Amino acid sequence: MFAEFDFRVIWDALPFLVQGLWMSLWLTLLAMIGGIVLGTVLALMRVSSFLPLSLMSATYVNLIRSVPLILVIFWFYFLVPLIIGRPIGGFYSALIAFVIFEAAYYSEIIRAGIQSVRHGQVLAGKASGLRYWQIQRHIVLPQAFRNMIPVLLTQAIILFQDTSLVYVVSLRDFMTASSIVARNEGRLVEMYIFAALVYFLICFSASRYVKRLQRSYAL
Amino acid sequence: MDYNWNWGVLFQDPYLGWLFSGLRWTVAVACLAAVIAFSVGSLVGIGRTVETRWLRLISTTYVEIFRNIPLLVQMFLWYFVLPELLPENTGRWMKREMPMPEYTSAVLCLGFYTASRVAEQVRSGIESLPRGQRMAGLATGLTPFQVYRYLLLPMAYRIIIPPLTSEFLTIFKNSSLALTIGLLELTAQAQQISEYTFQSFEAYTAATVSYVLIALVVTLLMQWLEGRVRVPGFAGRGG
Repeated sequence: MFAEFDFRVIWDALPFLVQGLWMSLWLTLLAMIGGIVLGTVLALMRVSSFLPLSLMSATYVNLIRSVPLILVIFWFYFLVPLIIGRPIGGFYSALIAFVIFEAAYYSEIIRAGIQSVRHGQVLAGKASGLRYWQIQRHIVLPQAFRNMIPVLLTQAIILFQDTSLVYVVSLRDFMTASSIVARNEGRLVEMYIFAALVYFLICFSASRYVKRLQRSYAL
Repeated sequence: MDYNWNWGVLFQDPYLGWLFSGLRWTVAVACLAAVIAFSVGSLVGIGRTVETRWLRLISTTYVEIFRNIPLLVQMFLWYFVLPELLPENTGRWMKREMPMPEYTSAVLCLGFYTASRVAEQVRSGIESLPRGQRMAGLATGLTPFQVYRYLLLPMAYRIIIPPLTSEFLTIFKNSSLALTIGLLELTAQAQQISEYTFQSFEAYTAATVSYVLIALVVTLLMQWLEGRVRVPGFAGRGG
């Protein structure tokens, strides 16, 4: 069944596909940074003793976590140009959608991380006269992030897979690039199997690496 | 911000009908896929905990493959690629005569993908039980099959109801990917309404609210189930 496989198609389209792959990785990196920053804010709001803040964060997280990513991508593809008042291309809309979406998942991870730091440490910080923010900044968050690194990276692998969904707004990531080639050349079988292989190799080796890290890094 | 509000559009013919039809497809895909995910996932998850080496290897390979390829790629593999790779007659049947090709592909794709995630839950459920239980079962003369059937699985399943709930919710959300192969489920219908009427805000809100309602109903249902099957004296374990 692989006798009619046309590897030339892949070879010829390689520069185009590599460009797409860079787009996927770039989007993953930016969305991860944005997601972790916003996720940290949400997590701190969630564990704060000021009820409205914690309620707001909980509503945000639960709302985002009950809708599909594709719908969020559609939402921001429509909303962002409307709010800004001029069209700004699919990339920024997609990036904002990913940051908003991933932040909900990151905030749950970070919250678990914050709660994994023993309460006695917070009390000790208070006793030695530190303010709330100083305690979070110098005592809780550094330890929390160290505990969380493997889970955060696992989430990054999921995020990398999720970026393939920008296909629905035709942003040229690796998936969209593969499908463009597949359609133009009429070589769906080769291209989609190739795409699956590339994604598999990246995600599998990354998750192997995370597993190794987990063993050597645990506190 | 320049936007003409018109919430009434959601209740007009044919848009209300589109929304309901989308909702029906979403539920239909998710529920059947959940059945596949639960049965295949249980088998694979059990496979990862048995003594037989090759069974463990096959199960691990299954999980790694399905977990490390994006769902969208898998959707295209099921829909576009599989019919080409099968023997000619089967392939032609899939392309020409198989009823509801988009629906069938979407269900199979989601079912087998989610199975890999369910398998991990089942495995962790079984592994969270004390090892003594398996040994005690074998020592009293139960066959390995009986050990799983009467000792390990009844407790393991109860422990993993909360993570299974979130997997079940994820199936509903992931079923939106079926729109990429042309199935007009909820998100696709919202998108279509927004294209026809330019009332994107209203259309996407309707879809969002529907997904939130689905999440609520599923969560309540699973909580009810969890309460119903609780074994007295084990309350709160693993919960």
